[in-house]
Formats: sequence, structure tokens, C-alpha cells
Amino acid sequence: MRIAGYGFRRHSAYRAAALAGAFTNTVFGILRAYVLIALWEARPGLAGYDIADAVTFCFLSQAFIGPMQLFGGGLELSGRVRTGDIAVDLVRPASLQMWSLADDLGRACYLLLLRSLPPTVVGAALFGLVTPVSPVTWVFFAASCALGMVVSFAWRYLMALSACWVVDDRGTQSLSLLMTLFFSGMVLPLNLFPGWLGSLAGALPWSAMVQVPADVYLGKRDVLEALGFQAAWAAALLALGALVTRAARHRVVIQGG
Amino acid sequence: MIEVDRVGRSFTVGRRRTRTTVHAVQDLSFTVEAGEFVGYLGPNGAGKSTTIKMLTGILAPTSGRIQVAGLDPARRRTALARKIGVVFGQRTTLWWDLPLKDSFELIRHLYKVDRVDFRRRLDELTGLLDLAGFMNTPVRQLSLGQRMRGDVTAALLHSPAVLVLDEPTIGLDVVSKAAMREFLRRLNADHGTTVLLTTHDLGDIEKLCRRVMLIDHGRLTFDGTLDDLRATVPEETSIEDVVARLYTDGSVSP
Repeated sequence: MRIAGYGFRRHSAYRAAALAGAFTNTVFGILRAYVLIALWEARPGLAGYDIADAVTFCFLSQAFIGPMQLFGGGLELSGRVRTGDIAVDLVRPASLQMWSLADDLGRACYLLLLRSLPPTVVGAALFGLVTPVSPVTWVFFAASCALGMVVSFAWRYLMALSACWVVDDRGTQSLSLLMTLFFSGMVLPLNLFPGWLGSLAGALPWSAMVQVPADVYLGKRDVLEALGFQAAWAAALLALGALVTRAARHRVVIQGG
Repeated sequence: MIEVDRVGRSFTVGRRRTRTTVHAVQDLSFTVEAGEFVGYLGPNGAGKSTTIKMLTGILAPTSGRIQVAGLDPARRRTALARKIGVVFGQRTTLWWDLPLKDSFELIRHLYKVDRVDFRRRLDELTGLLDLAGFMNTPVRQLSLGQRMRGDVTAALLHSPAVLVLDEPTIGLDVVSKAAMREFLRRLNADHGTTVLLTTHDLGDIEKLCRRVMLIDHGRLTFDGTLDDLRATVPEETSIEDVVARLYTDGSVSP
């Protein structure tokens, strides 16, 4: 908790960057909303969404960009592996992964305030978004967002640790970016994907970052099943992260003098 | 306090066709008793940092056995972390964007230091290292000398029995260097903290270390007092020249 609090404060040093991000997210949200409106006017009821659902989905996904760090990065870890500063992190009496998770959740909460609220408010003012009536839905939505953040962290942590093996992690990062944007639902809602591609996309971890929390918000999915799906991926990826951290300590040259 | 028994660490480098094994450290054995102040010398690439990484549990040795403060570092890394302090002179353990005092507060939580002990320890270190003037400054705005004092404080807040220093005076001006040395000398004398120091600054060694170990090509080539070290090359007068001779000639017989 305390570490998350400091993560929040550390990132609050970069308010201008967060606000610039919020502005960009808002502008792109409006652009995407018009594209989706055009699509749903041509094909009403597509994928079980009406126009209001689709526009709400669009602004939710824009709001997730910051906290879920959909464009990758956000962790200083890979840079620290490259420069060897990771050595400092490893002499602390804490699990590297849990420590980074706490710090990253602090970052996510900060961005939730600065980067997620503005586009959502603007979207609601311009288009009128769907808002759940039941407070229970809001609670489940909050839980789903939190799980999404953990899945997002666990995935990015694995990508960052890949720097231990590949010297420069830019390749893995851009591959991860592509997969995340496409399979999270960021580009298009996943339930638009046909047949096996749709099932595959729905089963992969990235859907836990955008599609699942958005569906929980819109009430399009069984809540317990959705949260269970996210929790299972969070647990699996964190477990893998723990294994990879161990392997890194045994195999890897920590760079620098 | 530190026992190193026939320890080796090798790395495989290169791609499939050109794969070779580099022995960073080979058959290394030494013991450091509680309360000793030991200098650990060696040319660049000799295996000093690899040794330190193994002693602190960051790297697992490929062979041999290590015990620090009664623990196997690679297996009990987090338990060991509470008993040792580590300073990497070229890196910082502090948080770039936070004021110094917040970094310390975070470290208090990480190391689970009791609030009262923490207060007392921090007050003591603040006085000794003269930190009061920049406690509220974000770390990124500190000068190197200030940052290094902050780093040393951070490494000592949990009152470790062993302090491992990797080039703690690198880049410091003469005044800061003298202050840092005086602080380390007193820490060792007053608190009985065991100190292992690697440095390229032989002034550090002359002022502080009763015992010197020298490593070259991953092997221990000298282990004895400063006077013994001088005696290995009697015709040289300055310690710098003695060490330079030892680095270039390779092995010596103590």
C-alpha cells in the first residue's frame, strides 16, 4: 500500500505529461466515436451493441489507455535491466515483482484520475454515454478495472524482463504493442471478430485489459465469469513472472561494472 | 561474517557458433571476520563486481559455497538483505522523483524498521553526514556528493552488520571524499560494522583498510595487510606504483 502511495506521488511529478495524454485520448476518442457511429448506423445491433453502447465502449477504451498502459512501457524495469540498475532493486528485501506491481498500481491510480476522467467527461457531454444504474455494477466494474491493471502489469513485467535475455527489448516491446492493441479490444470491440478469431481473442489475456471491464460496465457479460477470467490470467501471468524472475537471477549477466 | 569457499562463476557469451565460456571468478576462497575493514582491489574486469553480486545474492555462483551473516545469499536473498547494507557508487538506491526524506521513509517500510529505531538512526546519520540541508530536495536535484551521502544513509538505516561498498568515493571531490572516509572509519570503529570496500582510489585503501585482497583474472592473487602488500614490491615507494606493478605482472606470492 505504502509503495503504491509513493508510486502515485512519483508519477504526480509528471502532471503536464498526463494532461497532454488526456487531451490526446479525448481527441482520438471523439474521432473513433464518429467512426463507430457510422459503422453502427450502417449495421445496427452489430455484436449485441447499440450505438450508445458502441460510443460508450469507445470512450471507456480511451480511458483505459493510461491506467492499463495499453501502449506498453510504464515500467522503468527494462531500462534498469539494460543499465544494470536492477542490481540495486535486487538487494532490497522485497520481491521484485510484488514491489514493481505496487509501484505500477500507484501509477495506474494516478493516471485513472488525470487521464481517464477527462476523456470520459467530454465523451459524456458530447455524446451522452451509457451509465449503469445499479451501484453493484459500479463495484464490479471497479474490481474488473483493478484486475485488468494487474493483468496489464504482469504482462508488461514479463516483457520488461525479456530485456535480460535479448539485450535490447525494443523488438519484444513493439510486438507486445501490436498484440495488446489488437487483442485487448482497443482497435475494435472483440465481439466484432468473426468465428475462431473471436473466440481466440476472447480467451487471450489482453481482453482482460479493455474488453472485459468494458463489458462488465455495459452489463454484456456474466460478472462472476468475467472476474474469474481476469483473476485466472492475473494469477497465471504473475506466477510466470515469478518463475522468470528466478531464472533471470541464475542465468543473466547483470550489465555494467 | 563472510565466508567464500572455492566459488566460481562463469558466463556463456556469444551465439551458437562462437559460444565461449568466460570465467569471471574462479576458485575464490576467503573469510572476513566480524568487525574487519577489508579492501577488495583489482583491475577493471577482474571479477570484483561479480563477487559483490554473489555476496549480496543478486547472482548465484556456478560452483562453490558462500555464507554471509550465516545465510546462503542466492537462496536467502531477502532475509540477507535485512542484515547487510550495499552501496553501488555508480548507481542510486534512492527514488529520483522523491525528496530524500521520502526515500528514507520508503526504505523504512521495505526493511520493516521500527519507527523509534529509524528516527534515532536517521538523526544520527543526518548529523554525521550533514544531510539536514537537503532532506526535502528531490533526489534528481542533488549533487553527486549529496546523493552519495544519501545512498550511504539509505544503506545503513536498518543497522546492518555488514556493509558492502562498491566504489563509494567515485567522482567525489577531495573534501567530500575525506568526509566519506572519516564517516566509514567511525562506523567501523564505533559500531563494529564489518566493511568490504572495492575501489580504484588507493587513498581509500590507505586511509581505511587494515587488510587488502587483490583479485585478477577471477582469482585471488593477494590477501594480507597493507604493509605486506607494500613488501611484495619493495623497490616501489607509493602504494599506487605497487598496485600498478601487481596488476601488470599478474600473480604475486604474499
